[in-house]
Amino acid sequence: MDRIIFGDNQFFAVNHISDEKSRAQSIKFKEDRAIIKTLDIAIESGINTFMCTTHDRIENICDHIRKNPSKYQDFKIYPCMPYAHKYANAVTEMGYAGTLKHFVPGNFVGSLFKGGLAFLSKDYISIMELLIDSEMKMFKGIQTPVIFLQNVITDLLLGLGMNDILVAFHRYVKKKYGAEAGYITMNMPKLLSVLEANGITNPIICSSINKVGFRMSGGREVYEEVLRTKKVRAMAMQVLAGGAIHPKEAIEYVCSLPNIESILFGASSAANIEQTVELINEYSLTGESMEVIA
Amino acid sequence: MVKVALIGAGKMGISHLSILGAHPNVEVVGVSDTSKMVLDVFEKYSSFPCFSNYEEMLAKTNADAVFVSVPTKFHATMVRKVLESGKHVFAEKPLCLTAEEGKSLVALAAEKAVVNQVGYHNKFIGTFREVKRLLDLGVLGEVYHFTGESYGPVVIREKQDNWRADPAEGGGCLMDYASHVIDLINYLLGNITSVKGTMLESIYSKNVEDAVYCILEVNSGVNGVLSVNWSDETYRKMSTSITIQGKKGKIICDANELKVYFKTNDFPEGYSKGWNVKYVTDLTDSVDFYLRGEEYSSQIDYFISAIERQVPNVINNFKSAWYTDNVISMIKSSNLN
Repeated sequence: MDRIIFGDNQFFAVNHISDEKSRAQSIKFKEDRAIIKTLDIAIESGINTFMCTTHDRIENICDHIRKNPSKYQDFKIYPCMPYAHKYANAVTEMGYAGTLKHFVPGNFVGSLFKGGLAFLSKDYISIMELLIDSEMKMFKGIQTPVIFLQNVITDLLLGLGMNDILVAFHRYVKKKYGAEAGYITMNMPKLLSVLEANGITNPIICSSINKVGFRMSGGREVYEEVLRTKKVRAMAMQVLAGGAIHPKEAIEYVCSLPNIESILFGASSAANIEQTVELINEYSLTGESMEVIA
Repeated sequence: MVKVALIGAGKMGISHLSILGAHPNVEVVGVSDTSKMVLDVFEKYSSFPCFSNYEEMLAKTNADAVFVSVPTKFHATMVRKVLESGKHVFAEKPLCLTAEEGKSLVALAAEKAVVNQVGYHNKFIGTFREVKRLLDLGVLGEVYHFTGESYGPVVIREKQDNWRADPAEGGGCLMDYASHVIDLINYLLGNITSVKGTMLESIYSKNVEDAVYCILEVNSGVNGVLSVNWSDETYRKMSTSITIQGKKGKIICDANELKVYFKTNDFPEGYSKGWNVKYVTDLTDSVDFYLRGEEYSSQIDYFISAIERQVPNVINNFKSAWYTDNVISMIKSSNLN
């Protein structure tokens, strides 16, 4: 994975510290061309990977990328699925069965319910696979070397002990898309133990890693210990802890940790994008992290 | 280890289950649901014992505590059954469909001396807790007005066909959404004692209200406005906020951000004259397992700790939730529409 990955929260009004900022972002990025303009700034700053939710609007961004193949020749997307609010709102409105019928393409779910038979385990895995396919449709023709499972689903399955489904995700994205599976989580140490116990070694895990320990379940020290001692391809997100830490201090901290392969960040303005890229490049060239990018 | 069983693996139930499943002091001893498909998934992929009948689960599992996360209309019966079996109870909000039903549950929980809690999670959010601390210190001087608001995208089109659209099952914006804000006002400003004119508005729904607008008075005599609308798609998810005005300053607070204004040099430690902004990142303790907001894990930690007698059973107990049910009744009967 690249050292620096550009995220999409700012495009879809996801702001962890302020509803006002979230509304301002929603206004700023109302038009797709505003998103594309910001992506282009990121590319000019040297970023080549965009990590994004399977939000409906991403489809338009993908269309733009497909229409300009030479411009986006080296550009990669890491899809993160599912866009959880879409499903959560649907469950509120239609229940579990209605939601599945609505989102799983074709007649598969309908015929299962109609049959009234007990489902087999493979049926549920098939449903998951069909859902992955439906979320992946918009990325056709675009490089997607890593496909992520969103944290709310990863962590839900982790808490429920449904480890087989976590493993099935890994298997399917490799088989069908030739991609590596990635997992976003707010519980990195626990997830890594579970994945390792289920035969997935050195997994790609994206989690909050920041100097103030924000959203680092179990505490910062546990995370640091895992990074020091275990095999994991770590991607750090929320490195600024939603703005609670000064960028310089935040990046210096993350770059000082061993074993961080990538840093994910999102920003709206050219100045913030360029500043963050510069800081990551500056601190990545010192100390221990040299080994990682070498 | 606290042995926990859960009735109702819907959206809230499944979230509770995941947090319980990861809790180091909890053993999940049973899950019951009426959906065959839900049970089937749990049977195949989890290690939780599954039951289609909750009474059978209560009889067979020897649980210390039970989570009840079913549509509100079933609370009166199911929570009663759990209490009668002498187990600690965590119930989803609101407590009951009517204040009378809730009152008898409050009495029964007291008689059985079991830990009882309701899922009003806002009280476990760092920003709102800080508001409570500031108000208890009296830093705003005499409070003269408040506004409690909540907006979100639950019903954003006309077609709706589930229990949330049925008033007899506890559907509607008042019980489902406004209850959170009412409960927060009771907690922060004192219990609401009267309701002065309510407009319950249906926007897309046919049988229930989609918005609640009214004027409330709390026990200190202060008046405020309640404005809640669950048909507002300009919000990505539920957004609850409270504004409190005092003679010495003002507080504007939501789940992410706390803004406090002090008129003079009379302010508490860590604040200054003029505007102060604090973020949930500064005010939230990290949890052992995070699913969808620290508050969902914290409220469960608190419940389990209360069973272990580490904390008192004072936040969100049935009695406080029953006060909220009372206000819901008052609002219904003062509807001008």
